[in-house]
Amino acid sequence: MKGANILIESLLKEKVEVVFGYPGGSVLPIFDCLYDAPLRFILPRHEQAAAHMADGYARATGKVGVCLATSGPGATNLTTGIATAYMDSIPMVAITGQVKTSLIGNDAFQEADVTGITRSITKHNYLVKDVRDLARTIKEAFHIAYSGRPGPVLVDIPVDVQQQDTEFVWPEEVVIRGYKPTYFGHPGQIKKCAKIISSAKKPVIYAGGGVIISGASKELKELAEKIQAPVTMTLMGLGGFPSTHGLCLGMLGMHGTAYANHAIMESDLIIAIGARFDDRVTGRIDAFAPNAKIIHIDIDPSSISKNVRVDIPIVGDVKHVLGQLLEEIKGPSETAAWIKIVEGWKKKYPLAYKDKKRISPQYIMEEIYELTKGDAVIATEVGQNQMWAAQWYKYTHPRSFISSGGLGTMGFGFPAAMGAKVGCPDKQVFDIAGDGSIQMNIQELATCVCNKINVKVAILNNGYLGMVRQWQELFYKKRYSHTCISGPDFVKLAESYGACGIRVTKKEEVRKALEKAISIDNVVFIDFHIEQEENVFPMVPAGEAINRMIGGMA
Amino acid sequence: MRHTISVTVENKPGVLARVAGLFSARGYNIASLAVSETLDPTISYMTMVVEAQDERILEQIKKQLNKLIDVITITDFTKKEHVDRELVLLKVNYSLKDKAKIESILEKHAAKIVSHKADTAIIEAMGNQDQIKQLLSSLQQFGIQEMVRTGKLAIA
Repeated sequence: MKGANILIESLLKEKVEVVFGYPGGSVLPIFDCLYDAPLRFILPRHEQAAAHMADGYARATGKVGVCLATSGPGATNLTTGIATAYMDSIPMVAITGQVKTSLIGNDAFQEADVTGITRSITKHNYLVKDVRDLARTIKEAFHIAYSGRPGPVLVDIPVDVQQQDTEFVWPEEVVIRGYKPTYFGHPGQIKKCAKIISSAKKPVIYAGGGVIISGASKELKELAEKIQAPVTMTLMGLGGFPSTHGLCLGMLGMHGTAYANHAIMESDLIIAIGARFDDRVTGRIDAFAPNAKIIHIDIDPSSISKNVRVDIPIVGDVKHVLGQLLEEIKGPSETAAWIKIVEGWKKKYPLAYKDKKRISPQYIMEEIYELTKGDAVIATEVGQNQMWAAQWYKYTHPRSFISSGGLGTMGFGFPAAMGAKVGCPDKQVFDIAGDGSIQMNIQELATCVCNKINVKVAILNNGYLGMVRQWQELFYKKRYSHTCISGPDFVKLAESYGACGIRVTKKEEVRKALEKAISIDNVVFIDFHIEQEENVFPMVPAGEAINRMIGGMA
Repeated sequence: MRHTISVTVENKPGVLARVAGLFSARGYNIASLAVSETLDPTISYMTMVVEAQDERILEQIKKQLNKLIDVITITDFTKKEHVDRELVLLKVNYSLKDKAKIESILEKHAAKIVSHKADTAIIEAMGNQDQIKQLLSSLQQFGIQEMVRTGKLAIA
């Protein structure tokens, strides 16, 4: 069997349903096989979008996303998407063509050292120089991408390897002697952990993306209810614990709720679950939760004690460890007084906004929530749109919030929403965009129309790169250096692609426009003209302790 | 503070780049690095001396190394009884009048002259870090023109 066929057969063995990819000179043999392969293939208009689509597909479904590009520029265009997936621990396999083995290192046409370039943004990568290694490599790539702390794996396949013949042998199992993730927590640590939890008076659960990745929402809810501890989530953790739950504090950190940040700062025990104490969460690190003991549960040992001192580390898969912990914890803790204090903060410092002249973006998010009853998948771009989407939509299911948390990639949301829609065709999928971000991958309108990927894009159009402008307003004396950005007529643009466009300039039109967008069987751009200099509040200035919030009602 | 650690890795192309890349990407410093094949030709052995201000950084270095798929085992010699050696080649100014003096120093340090010309000698020396340091300071008086070192090797 030829290498290209072996690749396709291997993808089928891995139960891949869809590939997001773009053809080119060094992947012609693969594309020849794709011509009649039983695989869905989505052709984006830019390779970067292929990577984000594979990523969005993976985030929405929990399966491995697959993208494919040619050598050189095709591969380098994937890198932003690969780095995005790497930072958020998303399982992805990226396949790239490479110039033929005899030309590698010769500065051949469309040659780039892709394994070199992607070494620091992949969990692992491979250059397959012998067709006999191909099937095993693909099997390993999927195994590594999916297991342990997931991440992107790149497989670079020279064009001559795609053409070489060999017998197709699918390995029974994967044996990698240097790779053995720990799934179960150390029983001694679990015992210690249970003991410390039962004696805590002011515990807070701080849940991250690991809860979603490991599918531990049920266990998290059980734990929170059993020990009566309030739960705050990172951006990546949203959806891991229902926002509508009485114990939910919403998001913490730089744009977190005041009550979540106060709770963390006043707590005597932080139970960190699948989270990594990112600087956007901790603020000034030496002032972070001064009175709290810290339990840290994470599958990646290198996440533990990286940024903060940890009292009880537990290495393991969140779902397994929480299962162990629930067995070990006997009765409920005495936290009634603490819950009362937290409730007080919730009442005193609610998330709030004031209606101004133009439409409030927060109102749009509330309306989208009302209309979709929390059942939609919400993807976001990066910046103010992302934070408003995080703050004002109530996420009640895991995998319902899709956002580039770690890398903060503008242009991510639209293709990621498309990938999510491909993976979950029955879900209503929204991309919450800014007028800046949407222009970074706007060409994917064509892909949507062509493949009937009917996502709804809510553009929060303020004529600015809003988050950067907000920082300029607050910290650079309103010197709006190159953050005022123009765009096209989004309605006409959408129409020119064969999509639909709706413009909304008044608050009263918001609901109707959203209803219309949902009813249209096509991709829809809704161009919301929002308050131009609206800020995201509360906000913790960079380098401050997280209870030193400014703005808003905090 | 300097720490000696060893890692066994898959003997594959690109593995050295992965290890070196990890150090540069995360801002860690390598003071020396020695790599060679082991008795098992599919495994390479790396001895590295790393600089870490505190225990936390050293822990991170080890954890990050462990995350590399191609890294098989890691040994930290910091608190472990071990033997370490380094090979040094020195080009030293050499004249008949200093011959006896140099030779007596070399004898004391189990070092030897491997070749010499009229005015320079190439000296081979082996030892642990202290021994090499002492030898260097003893030979300083004659003028050391060049020095190459393998980096530390360690085994426990």
